[in-house]
Amino acid sequence: MDVTLTVNGTPHVLEIDDPRVSLLDALRQRLDLTGTKKGCDHGQCGACTVIVNGRRINSCLTLAVMHEGDEITTIEGIGTPGDLAPLQQAFIRHDGFQCGYCTPGQIMSATAMLEELRQGWPSQVTGDLGSPALSDDEIRERMSGNLCRCSCYPNIVDAIREVAGKAAEGAA
Amino acid sequence: MKAFDYARAATPADAIGTDARIIAGGTNLLDLMKLQVETPARLIDINHVGLDGVERDGEGLRIGALVRNSDLAAHPAVRQDWPLLSRAILAGASPQLRNRATTGGNLMQRTRCYYFYDVDAPCNKRVPGSGCGAIGGVNRIHAILGASDHCIATYPGDMAVALSALDAVVEVEGPGGRREIAATDFHRLPGDRPDLDTELQPGEMILSVRLPAPLGGRQIYRKVRDRRSYAFALVSVAAVVTMRAGRMDRVRLAFGNVAHKPWRAPAAERMLTGQAPSPELFARAAEAVLEGARGQGHNDFKIPLLRRTLAAVLAEAVQETE
Ligand SMILES: Cc1cc2nc3c(=O)[nH]c(=O)nc-3n(C[C@H](O)[C@H](O)[C@H](O)COP(=O)(O)OP(=O)(O)OC[C@H]3O[C@@H](n4cnc5c(N)ncnc54)[C@H](O)[C@@H]3O)c2cc1C
Ligand code: SF4
Ligand code: FES
Ligand code: FES
Repeated sequence: MDVTLTVNGTPHVLEIDDPRVSLLDALRQRLDLTGTKKGCDHGQCGACTVIVNGRRINSCLTLAVMHEGDEITTIEGIGTPGDLAPLQQAFIRHDGFQCGYCTPGQIMSATAMLEELRQGWPSQVTGDLGSPALSDDEIRERMSGNLCRCSCYPNIVDAIREVAGKAAEGAA
Repeated sequence: MKAFDYARAATPADAIGTDARIIAGGTNLLDLMKLQVETPARLIDINHVGLDGVERDGEGLRIGALVRNSDLAAHPAVRQDWPLLSRAILAGASPQLRNRATTGGNLMQRTRCYYFYDVDAPCNKRVPGSGCGAIGGVNRIHAILGASDHCIATYPGDMAVALSALDAVVEVEGPGGRREIAATDFHRLPGDRPDLDTELQPGEMILSVRLPAPLGGRQIYRKVRDRRSYAFALVSVAAVVTMRAGRMDRVRLAFGNVAHKPWRAPAAERMLTGQAPSPELFARAAEAVLEGARGQGHNDFKIPLLRRTLAAVLAEAVQETE
């Protein structure tokens, strides 16, 4: 079966003979986009987070064949060493990682999370479901799908708060 | 993972009455397939059949089976009129998973019993007749209500607990036509057939879930677990309470992760209805919920935990703000 995936703006036609290949394995092994990491392969860690049609998902718990025609953004589409995205710069500034294994997933997740917040999506810790506002509690809850084995959580929150704050100033 | 054939359904009819296994978000099925707990020979992908809208249905709401958990929780009407449902969904899984997970798939998610997940262990749910590893084994997350000698697993989900309290209806279609199943009856007790989680018959597909008219009042979903987020409940309580002249007028209670199904508590609801709230009454209501409750050893703590969580939820629910 041929599957067309548009990854970071470039369409790729993949010939997939065995439908068992996950979207994660297709990205890493077929397209050599190894920035997206495999931690648990069971939806429990968030290392494999990518953005599909504007939504963050775990690429380990979905089949490549289920994404015919989809637009996928991976960490390689977010920034490059010479042209880092604001979140990537903030992670460096705030020491938001040690080993770095969870970091691509954290950045992808945070990128989509800021958009969800902009659209007014509530979270478990939102007091009034109608009007969520940015706070450290909200950042922690909304990033809870990304584990960090090095436990850089406080610095990750600092990095995201800085970028979210700047975005809010820019919008105001 | 065992090999399988894959096909895409263009319409619900393509997925109804076949022996292929439905795949929606895939967040539960693929997890279990990787472990060979589930080994379907054929998958039918229903992500492109539609059924992904939320519509007004009289005073209620009709939710398509393919509506993603995150869209449902954020839907303005749900936030406004059925906040219990938003709260329950947002308490479950992670944002990434909720972006994929569907209404139908969430209802059909399977137990998190450790022995069910371990293909080398005995489990009557996975292999009927093989025994139950959890009885006399490690059973901290297991049932205190409605269990059987064959299986003590819990239904692990959150959304369905709210749907049960809200008296939602599940609309399904099979080769013989459409039918409706009350959310309170959708999941089964294990009895001597723990391999059957729900009343859904082979060949049937969930089309939608209907919510009846809003109940108003205070709506609380309290989930107690080992960490604050991204973990299944040990005990959860869904409560809707409306007040009239200082008395509880309408009361709906459902409990999660204490039984093989979301556990409604009609006797406790009746006991509270029409009464003025008091800690003594809440304690008696908890005893009514826990009638027949039995711990399995490691999960004995769930009995006092349910008692205390219910008391706290009711105390919060009867505070009148408006
Ligand atoms: C790490 C992790 C943590 C989680 N934490 C929680 C939690 O705290 N609370 C919680 O409630 N859930 C939790 N979940 C479970 C999650 O909510 C479910 O995996 C999800 O809701 C399943 O939906 P899906 O669409 O992905 O289902 P799928 O995986 O696609 O399908 C699940 C089952 O439903 C069947 N099915 C799907 N759609 C239909 C239909 N329309 N008609 C008939 N059958 C159908 C499939 O055949 C399959 O058997 C967690 C999952 C993971 C991986
Ligand atoms: S409790 Fe149920 S699911 Fe768990 S091992 Fe026993 S039979 Fe299997
Ligand atoms: S690798 Fe996908 S969530 Fe861990
Ligand atoms: S930086 Fe090492 S896992 Fe997060």
